[in-house]
Amino acid sequence: MKSLWPPLAIVLVILGIWIAAVVPMNIHLTADQAARQDIVVTPDTPAERKELSGLSLAVKNPDIWGMTYTLDRPNLPSPHQVGAELYKTVFTVAPTSRRSLLHHAWVTLSATLLGFVIGTTLGILLAVGIVYNRTMDKSVMPWAITSQTIPILALAPMVIVMLGSIGIQGLLPKSIISAYLSFFPVVVGMVKGLRSPDAMQLDLLRTYNASPNQGFWKLRLPASMPYLFASLKIGISASLVGAIVGELPTGARAGFGARMLVGDQYGQPIVTWAALFGAAITAALLVATLSLIERRTLRRMGMVGAAA
Amino acid sequence: MMAFAIAGLIWAAGWFINSRLANSAASDSRAVSLLIPAIFGITLIAMWQVLVTMLGVSPIILPAPSAIAATFASSIPTLIADFNQTIIKGALTGYIAGMIAAFAVALLADRSDFLTKGILPVGAFMAALPIVGTAPIFVKWLGSGWESKAAVVGVMVFFPILVNTVAGLKDTSAMQRDLMRTYGAGYWPSLFKLRLPAAMPFIFNGLKIATTLALIGAIVAEFFGSPTVGMGFRISTSVGQLAMDMVWAEIVVAALAGSAFYGAMALIEKRVTFWHPSQR
Repeated sequence: MKSLWPPLAIVLVILGIWIAAVVPMNIHLTADQAARQDIVVTPDTPAERKELSGLSLAVKNPDIWGMTYTLDRPNLPSPHQVGAELYKTVFTVAPTSRRSLLHHAWVTLSATLLGFVIGTTLGILLAVGIVYNRTMDKSVMPWAITSQTIPILALAPMVIVMLGSIGIQGLLPKSIISAYLSFFPVVVGMVKGLRSPDAMQLDLLRTYNASPNQGFWKLRLPASMPYLFASLKIGISASLVGAIVGELPTGARAGFGARMLVGDQYGQPIVTWAALFGAAITAALLVATLSLIERRTLRRMGMVGAAA
Repeated sequence: MMAFAIAGLIWAAGWFINSRLANSAASDSRAVSLLIPAIFGITLIAMWQVLVTMLGVSPIILPAPSAIAATFASSIPTLIADFNQTIIKGALTGYIAGMIAAFAVALLADRSDFLTKGILPVGAFMAALPIVGTAPIFVKWLGSGWESKAAVVGVMVFFPILVNTVAGLKDTSAMQRDLMRTYGAGYWPSLFKLRLPAAMPFIFNGLKIATTLALIGAIVAEFFGSPTVGMGFRISTSVGQLAMDMVWAEIVVAALAGSAFYGAMALIEKRVTFWHPSQR
């Protein structure tokens, strides 16, 4: 457990910077509010305060620092406000309620998972085709690699509108974006993995008089597993980002993306931040789940060293 | 029916040419290995054109490639203005700022083993998070100009570059470091002469991943607020007007810019890491 301390220390430092930044980021709002409550603020007109930077205003008014952490609509919410919002929306409301973050998490997550499954399945199939068919390899592979340099995510709003205009709405358009984003990493990783057995291993199978089918199931597919899991982990976080961005420009009513947008448009920054952290926690859980499956699978296959 | 028959014919012809080329003796030459994907791409575009025009697909759903090309040609000034706003001002500024910050933090972390052990897992974790989601926050803080886009891009590219640089700086063998010590080289000489060059393949890996992220960040951040120019702005307003040909023209620009950006990085990488096995 020794290796736990350094990352923990970094996280604590980041938290510390965040807490320290709350005061100068919110001091202008707080000073205005304090002045309305007849608390003495050092430059006492709003115009003079506007001239000052957040830092120097904070130095001049140490009395109101405490208030910067409890604003309703802060520029930068403090960690405890985000934590409280997360707690409130996750544990104190029923998961079926529209105010529950779990409800929104599920909307995004279901689109992510559906898209991830579609994209991964198609990706593996295409990779098998590429490995076994030279024409396909030569025609498709360069495009698969080039397409990773293209900001596909920018297509998201168009895909949603395009599918909406032919009557496909709800879960599926977001899933298609997710599928598209997880598709190419899986193709590239899987092609690499299926080709990872070296000539010696392939020759050994030939001396066993193994059929091409047996060669696939007993050598190529098992050998590709470490590569597959590496790309799955990239693919699942890409899927989640795809689903969230898919919710942004379309006026979706539920999901993390919709929560961020609502918080942004109705001036509730704490809602935006809570959705952001909710999405981050979801991404972490998804990647952790895949890592767990990876470790179990590779251990069953006797490849523990490869998992490290 | 007729449309599908013609499209099938085009597909068969393209596939036939490609399979002849791919299985011919010259298939590994440079020209042929560029020609095959080109023919594949042209085949797909030709099928798209035939299907859309012959089936009378509404341009609101999917415009024909010819219509996209016409829009592209007629709105080049707009596209250039959008390109400047989003790619040059937003993405490139943010990319450079994020890169410099990542290098600075990586060099700082490199001085201590504790920091390296802390930053690697935290950075790798942050790199997997949906950081685009911070776009509305930055737009609120920095206004809707290009500065907020550059900030989003900076944060997005920071973590992959940081993690790769830190990992790269660790990638020297004890033997190599000992050799530097026998030369009497201190921290800075051995950093510049040994460890930084040895880290270059890792650093460029991070820089190449970050190119795509930079474009995504700059475009997506514009969905949350932008002046009346920019690729993200154009995409979201054109979607609203159902002007899909304009959207596709912007996507062509984004694709070209993304490939060019990545290609430029790969070219610099080739120059800098000419000694690495993967480049020879």
